[in-house]
Amino acid sequence: MSLEKTDIEKIAHLARLEIDPDDVSRYARDLSVILELVEQMNQVDTGGVQPMAHPLQMAQRLRADEVTETNQRDKFQQIAPQVEAGLYLVPKVIE
Amino acid sequence: MEWETVIGLEIHAQLATRSKIFSGAATAYGAEPNTQACAVDLGLPGVLPVLNREAVRMACLFGLAVDAEIAQRSVFARKNYFYPDLPKGYQISQYELPVVSKGRLIIELEDGGTKTIGITRAHLEEDAGKSLHEDFHGMTGIDLNRAGTPLLEIVSEPDLRSAREAVAYMKKLRSLVRYLEICDGNMQEGSFRCDANVSVRPVGEKRLGTRAEIKNINSFRFVERAINFEIERQIDLLERGETVVQETRLYDAARGETRSMRSKEEAMDYRYFPDPDLLPLHVDTAWLEEIRALLPELPDSKKERFMFEYGLTSYDAAVLTSSRELADFYEAVEKSSGGETRLAANWVMGDFAAALNRDGLEIGACPVNARMLGGLIRRIADNTLSGKIAKQVFEAMWEGEGDADSIIEKRGLKQITDTGAIEQAIDEVLAANPEQVNQYRAGKDKLLGFFVGQVMKATQGKANPAQLNQLLKEKLNS
Repeated sequence: MSLEKTDIEKIAHLARLEIDPDDVSRYARDLSVILELVEQMNQVDTGGVQPMAHPLQMAQRLRADEVTETNQRDKFQQIAPQVEAGLYLVPKVIE
Repeated sequence: MEWETVIGLEIHAQLATRSKIFSGAATAYGAEPNTQACAVDLGLPGVLPVLNREAVRMACLFGLAVDAEIAQRSVFARKNYFYPDLPKGYQISQYELPVVSKGRLIIELEDGGTKTIGITRAHLEEDAGKSLHEDFHGMTGIDLNRAGTPLLEIVSEPDLRSAREAVAYMKKLRSLVRYLEICDGNMQEGSFRCDANVSVRPVGEKRLGTRAEIKNINSFRFVERAINFEIERQIDLLERGETVVQETRLYDAARGETRSMRSKEEAMDYRYFPDPDLLPLHVDTAWLEEIRALLPELPDSKKERFMFEYGLTSYDAAVLTSSRELADFYEAVEKSSGGETRLAANWVMGDFAAALNRDGLEIGACPVNARMLGGLIRRIADNTLSGKIAKQVFEAMWEGEGDADSIIEKRGLKQITDTGAIEQAIDEVLAANPEQVNQYRAGKDKLLGFFVGQVMKATQGKANPAQLNQLLKEKLNS
């Protein structure tokens, strides 16, 4: 599978990445090569192999339902660009 | 043309855990903004999610209650999108392998019949924070207290055929999660939220029509209105020869309409993939059996039992088992009334429910407990009180004047069942109204009510009505 320039622009937009228009063809080429490798792996017969969700053959550890975190709002908000009334302020997201 | 409506619902139920799904921050509602948002909830670099065992238990409990398959192995995935109330840039959810799948729920229809609604899946995920769009100098305020609260997203099959059915399904599901004590079901506070997928097709058509997803419908009333509005809108479009666009629509409660939020072209591309920070979730048979053993009696079987054990009608049993608190309350009242099943049902559903409603109180926080109401019913059953006086006693109990017996004593409300005393009162009334006695005897039967009223007045309503009627007739007809 080979990627078009428009695919690269779409992927970049979804990931909110700003890319130099001059680099788009190079990204398309490089990513297409990666997909070719995946395509090659797809040729292997994996019937009977359970799809892997994680490289470690282990199960998720669970924690007890206990409140262990205390309020550290002031500390966290020291690094926020703008706060008011305990809220983090961000550029307006609806029109 | 005849149209058929097809509806599927996605319900988000906030699980009633103390701490969040992947962090140890509190989940309590209504805290000061951002005081319950820890480093994990804020998505700070270097943090790792650790799954809350209780959230998993609750999801499994739900799965068992809807007769679903519980996955021995399920996987958490990242759902990627950018929004300021989602600090990580992805929501941890489940995609290909949810913990619960293939369940079903039986709903009651208006004609008294039942219908089985399929539950496609129920998966665990984290809630996002809240965006406050009020004016903060042209900026948006973000409160991340809700971020990371555990949600169970319950997806139904497109089995619902009307807004009414959708509401019945939603009510049944809400009652169920409250029975299981896995969600408080509070729709105002957003603990129980609903999105509806609605489409229409010509009757007889097998393929589904193009659907619209309606978001933000957070009361039973709005669900019904929003769906009905949407059905009308789609039928209008199709009958004009236009097409329905697949899109997300927002319900505007103030205007009572749905409007486009985003169309398929701008639809989200979530790029799900397994979350490398979380290992697969394993639920082994031993744990599942442990969970199953603690499954409470569910609404359907409780209703059956109420009909069988207490001889209640299907309707009464359904009302009394609509919530676990109400059912428990009824059983406690019935017990302390000494087995007056019918009277207890009438009082719990009647005066008691009305008083709760009037004062906006919950059963646990109201002035009349089950023992008090049972005591009152005992006094009706043993003829100490007439039904009418009992209502006065009930109101007095509600006002905090004590239990039924002390109110009866204090106010001298004991019903008069002494035949001699009633006869004496009747004699006095008849002697004082010779004119009416003659009219009655001349055939004016209607005057019986007049005499009953007079005797009741003379006895301050305390004469036993059945005895009074009988004695009065005997005397008038002699």
